Amino acid sequence: MITLSHYLVLGAILFALSVVGIFLNRKNLVIILMAIELLLLAVNMNFIAFSYYLDDLAGQVFVFFILTVAAAEAAIGLAILIVLFRNRRSINVQDLDQLSG
Amino acid sequence: MESILFYLFATVLVVSAAMVVTIRNPVKAALFLVLSFFSAACIWMTLEAEFLSIALVLVYVGAVMVLFLFVVMMLDIDVESMREGFARNLPVGALVAGVMVVEFAVVMMSDRFDSQSLPRPAGHGPDYSNTKELGLVLYTDYVFAFEVAGLILLVAIVAAIVLTMRRRPNTRYQSPSEQVKVNKSERLRIVSMPAEKRLDIDN
Repeated sequence: MITLSHYLVLGAILFALSVVGIFLNRKNLVIILMAIELLLLAVNMNFIAFSYYLDDLAGQVFVFFILTVAAAEAAIGLAILIVLFRNRRSINVQDLDQLSG
Repeated sequence: MESILFYLFATVLVVSAAMVVTIRNPVKAALFLVLSFFSAACIWMTLEAEFLSIALVLVYVGAVMVLFLFVVMMLDIDVESMREGFARNLPVGALVAGVMVVEFAVVMMSDRFDSQSLPRPAGHGPDYSNTKELGLVLYTDYVFAFEVAGLILLVAIVAAIVLTMRRRPNTRYQSPSEQVKVNKSERLRIVSMPAEKRLDIDN
């Protein structure tokens, strides 16, 4: 029997994995963006599980809006990435120190 | 049956998510991200969120991940220099993740979320349409948020185009207004020169 906590633990494992991904790939901006997508997926998993077990559609509406904002975020993030690569020839996060005093 | 499906999809999801964050090649990482989104869509399908499940496959696997793959393949990324610090950051990352999972599990394995307090719903009949129900609340109760979401997407389109558009200094391009405003004195110069004498070709 699959209970709500199974889905919640699955979402927690996904969330933790993506946090580890941000820790591990601190230099690679592309992998960091992918890890952020995974974080949002973990949150969406919790929303949908609660929506099913509480029989309330509001959770799915939230997931709809999270998907919208995540798509916009990915598009703008990748655009910034391309501009960055064009100017610096690198996407290493350590190279982005132009704004430091 | 539900247990088998859940464990199958959850295993694929966790393994592919682990591959995304640990694999060396960014292209393979993007492909594993596709796999994890797809497994998540399958799990959502078993939770009767059919519309969002299909939307995840269409929007994420179909559009966002293709965008990621385009960018990853277009950029010439030096993978080796990106990997430095990988082993050094592993212990602290694993520690943070372990603490997070244990904390989450302690909360979620408590009896507030178990099968007695929240039994698995019986599910809706075959004539229940998740898309229709979602549309009914989306266009009535949440219509303002829906409009704002559309506005956010519009801003994202404009921002992405403005960020990546550039004008190369040596590119030649037409200016229609300049072409229309031109007059005869700028383009045509009449010179007077003596007429040539006719040559006799026969000689």
